[in-house]
Amino acid sequence: MSNKKHEKRSSEPRIHIAKRDDMIWYKSWGVRLIAIVLALILCALVIVLLTGYDPIKVYGSMIYGNFGTTRKMWNMLQKLSILLCVSLAVTPAFKMKFWNIGAEGQSLIGALTAAACMIYMGNKIPNALLIPIMTVLCIIAGMIWGIIPAYFKAKFNTNETLFTLMMNYVATQLVVFCIVFWENPKDSNNVGIINSSTHGGWLPTLFNQKYLLIVLIVAVITIAMYIYLRYSKHGYEISVVGESENTARYVGINVKKVILRTMALSGGLCGITGLLLVAGTDHTITTTTIGGIGFTAIMVSWLAKFNPIIMTLTSFLIVFLERGAGEIATTFQLNHSISDILTGIILFFIIGSEFFVNYKITLRKKHKEEA
Amino acid sequence: MFATIINKAIVQGIPLLYGSTGEIITEKSGNLNLGIPGIMYMGGIAGVMGAYFYEKSVAVPSPVWCIIIPLIASLIGSALLALIYSFLTISLRANQNVTGLALTTFGVGFGDFFGGSLTKIFGEGGNLSVKVTADYYKTTLPFADDLGAFGKIFFSYGFLVYLAIIIALISAWVLKKTRVGLHLRAVGENPATADAAGINVTKYKYLATVIGGAIAGLGGFYFIMDYTGGSWTNGGFGDRGWLAIALVIFALWKPNLGIIGSVIFGGLYIAYAYISGLSRSASAIFNMLPYVVTILVLIITSIRSKKENQPPASLGLAYFREER
Repeated sequence: MSNKKHEKRSSEPRIHIAKRDDMIWYKSWGVRLIAIVLALILCALVIVLLTGYDPIKVYGSMIYGNFGTTRKMWNMLQKLSILLCVSLAVTPAFKMKFWNIGAEGQSLIGALTAAACMIYMGNKIPNALLIPIMTVLCIIAGMIWGIIPAYFKAKFNTNETLFTLMMNYVATQLVVFCIVFWENPKDSNNVGIINSSTHGGWLPTLFNQKYLLIVLIVAVITIAMYIYLRYSKHGYEISVVGESENTARYVGINVKKVILRTMALSGGLCGITGLLLVAGTDHTITTTTIGGIGFTAIMVSWLAKFNPIIMTLTSFLIVFLERGAGEIATTFQLNHSISDILTGIILFFIIGSEFFVNYKITLRKKHKEEA
Repeated sequence: MFATIINKAIVQGIPLLYGSTGEIITEKSGNLNLGIPGIMYMGGIAGVMGAYFYEKSVAVPSPVWCIIIPLIASLIGSALLALIYSFLTISLRANQNVTGLALTTFGVGFGDFFGGSLTKIFGEGGNLSVKVTADYYKTTLPFADDLGAFGKIFFSYGFLVYLAIIIALISAWVLKKTRVGLHLRAVGENPATADAAGINVTKYKYLATVIGGAIAGLGGFYFIMDYTGGSWTNGGFGDRGWLAIALVIFALWKPNLGIIGSVIFGGLYIAYAYISGLSRSASAIFNMLPYVVTILVLIITSIRSKKENQPPASLGLAYFREER
């Protein structure tokens, strides 16, 4: 470094920033780990300031909120699976640098379709036949919601971030619209538990565990997505388009086709999430069935560097915080939104830490490297 | 009747106008700040907190301080959030979408948490309400009532409404007619060229984002102080933050068009209440309109691809001088 040193002028900046070549994996994960630890300390500080609670007990309470009882553990696993499923859904699009922030809407449309199937076909068709039909319809619904912006992106280069964002609220209003017809009892603006006595269209319970099936399905999707992105030709095409559309065109990849196909996959997976939420968990539909998971998933996917296996860890981190903070909020009768504050703090730290993974900072005078 | 509708549309549109003016200034520097909904929540809750602590600390609140303290608190709160966003995306070159969404999570969480728990933590519990302060903000011009429909449409608002329109007009003028505006647009279109021309890209991006954030925060502040009359309800602000981002597109990145757009959006927001015989289901479809219209505008502008109606060219991309 010292041989590179220029003659120092007074106007020259003190700090020199350069792009770093790939950092060794354990170093980069070390940086991220430090960021998470720092963030957790800050989070505990915030909670202690607000509640006057003993910091050690804060962490204890957070762990209890996630693992305290079998019931809490299954609830945690269900939340984890759903968040992971949406995160996996947005990943191929992001790898392609298609900023799909419409996962919320795509999932909600899937959820709406599942609810419609349960209401209109629930007690007429046996579950063994109905559930496959529902699955297909939910996937198609999610796909449609994903392909519309993709088509305009591919054809006219319409800004996909803003387009997918708007589609979320179109979906929300569509749900409001349908609730008017489905509400039960009348004028309650609430659909209530659908088919609560007949369980028509409910996903089956495996080994007496309501959520086991969801966990298994998402586990399979995780592995499939890992293989798809890493070893399939499609996965390769996605990364080439993401790196440079011109390169992709030059090597003969049909960019438009890849964009449409990838968004169909992305939307379809979101549709499955909707199915898992309505048929497997809630058995009802509201405008907040997805509840912001579509947005959280974007951050989860990005934090994991689009790696499906690591995504299980990042979604666990978010769910752990959420449920842990929820436990504290319940104990102190505080508002549950405290978990959003903590999630925000953690995200800021991890987002910031990426800089130290990707860039090298050199102080001109001291020749000292910071990492 | 007509005057009432216009009046309601304007009142509904003002939070969106603040939000979109702020976001336009931000986007003109090339920063797509999806944290605007969070910032607007922050602007609201910070103002309420300022008012709450001031009302608590003195026996008889004076009108002047009731106006100044919450306003400053709101501006500082939203500017701070915008500063976090600026630091992460400009200095640390983080992904703008992810940072923005994280900011929204944080801001909305912050708003709802303190909105729901402030009185429990610092006081005796109960609902959070700063009615004394809000009444000062709702003060209208004294002659508004004497002028009939004309007065109702033009003079029946608190000063924040006029401030929103003035800020939008000034922003439009600065962006279009001044050297500062030209430089800012250059930074948003092509930061490398702007840099080569000797414009301080980092400074422009920081200032635009922080000022834009502070303006957007006033939208949340107006909503809570004037529209709801000083009482906070969790989730009451709804999806107005995203609607403000939609308005940016609808207004084709021009703050002066944003004024008209905000009235149209506000009108669409309340239209269902004024059409007789409209069922609840039809009103849901009406509420969908602002978003559908925005999508159409987005599609049409991209098909026509007229240069002056496009998003800034470098929107969403971090700038790093050494990268080619």
